[in-house]
Amino acid sequence: MHELSIALSIIEGVEEEMERRGTSRVAAVHLKIGPLSGVSKDALLFSYEIAREGTLLEGARLEIEETPVLLYCEVCRDQVPAVSMQRLYCAICDNPSADIRQGSEMEVVALELMDEYSAEAG
Amino acid sequence: MSIQPRLVEVRQKILKRNDLLARELRDRFGAAGVYVASLVSSPGAGKTAFLEKTLSLLKPKARVAALVGDLATDNDAARLARSMAPVRQITTGTICHLDAEMVSKALEGWNLEELDLLFIENVGNLVCPSSYDLGENLRAVLMSVTEGEDKPLKYPTIFNTADVAVITKTDLAQAVEFNWDAAKQNIEAVRPGMHVIAVSSKTGEGMDAWLDYLPAPAARR
Repeated sequence: MHELSIALSIIEGVEEEMERRGTSRVAAVHLKIGPLSGVSKDALLFSYEIAREGTLLEGARLEIEETPVLLYCEVCRDQVPAVSMQRLYCAICDNPSADIRQGSEMEVVALELMDEYSAEAG
Repeated sequence: MSIQPRLVEVRQKILKRNDLLARELRDRFGAAGVYVASLVSSPGAGKTAFLEKTLSLLKPKARVAALVGDLATDNDAARLARSMAPVRQITTGTICHLDAEMVSKALEGWNLEELDLLFIENVGNLVCPSSYDLGENLRAVLMSVTEGEDKPLKYPTIFNTADVAVITKTDLAQAVEFNWDAAKQNIEAVRPGMHVIAVSSKTGEGMDAWLDYLPAPAARR
């Protein structure tokens, strides 16, 4: 299980981003995690709970969007879903494809900031 | 007035620090003309025996070295040192994988220009190492015939991030009634088109195919 290392990397990256933006409160961190990233959602949520203690993200939720595996299919000439992680074949025509277009990501995609700008907007 | 959260887009890779460091390593390896291959597998799949055989076969022909990762002990480094190639142990403590920073630190003091090939043996683990780029040129995933044919289906991600699959301990295949067709089908399912090499580090069978698969020293210069 390496999700604790991943959680620490998330916190480090977000704290840098907060410093750059001059903000000190984040309500939530939004992630995109693909099944081929090697990260388990549940283990990451669990690790994050521990890792965030005593950091700027102590009060911030972790929202994880799990992305499906998408392949480029030469037969369909299109981006298509894979049958499964265990079978990287086109779900439409069953042609094999190692051209992975989505499913390996492990990214912070957005932050919910609580600052004076959001006060104005609210 | 209540403060409402404001959503801002960020788009930042979680392991960007590791990815950046891995890219720097890859650039350094390229500039020094050293080809780097990493080995990943479950514990006990035969990484160290395979590496020991590889080093001893390559030693007369090429300048080889190895970094070997383990949670604890330097037993593997001691074993590999018998090949007379320079070897360094990376002891990770409780960490289940190598990362680019550990590799970078382990390389301190080594002159990469004096090497043709560097091997990195990762910690025995089929899950965690898949997420970390080490700056290697080639990642080989090993599975032994004694582990069963369905390893690729259970750990698709590690097969997916690897470039070549090596089936080890072929000398035991008959004894465990290893089903070659099923194993190859499973590899093909999780990673269509993946090249598969079958070896016995004990008898040396199949080692030629592995060594041929690595680029020749002349091609790297």
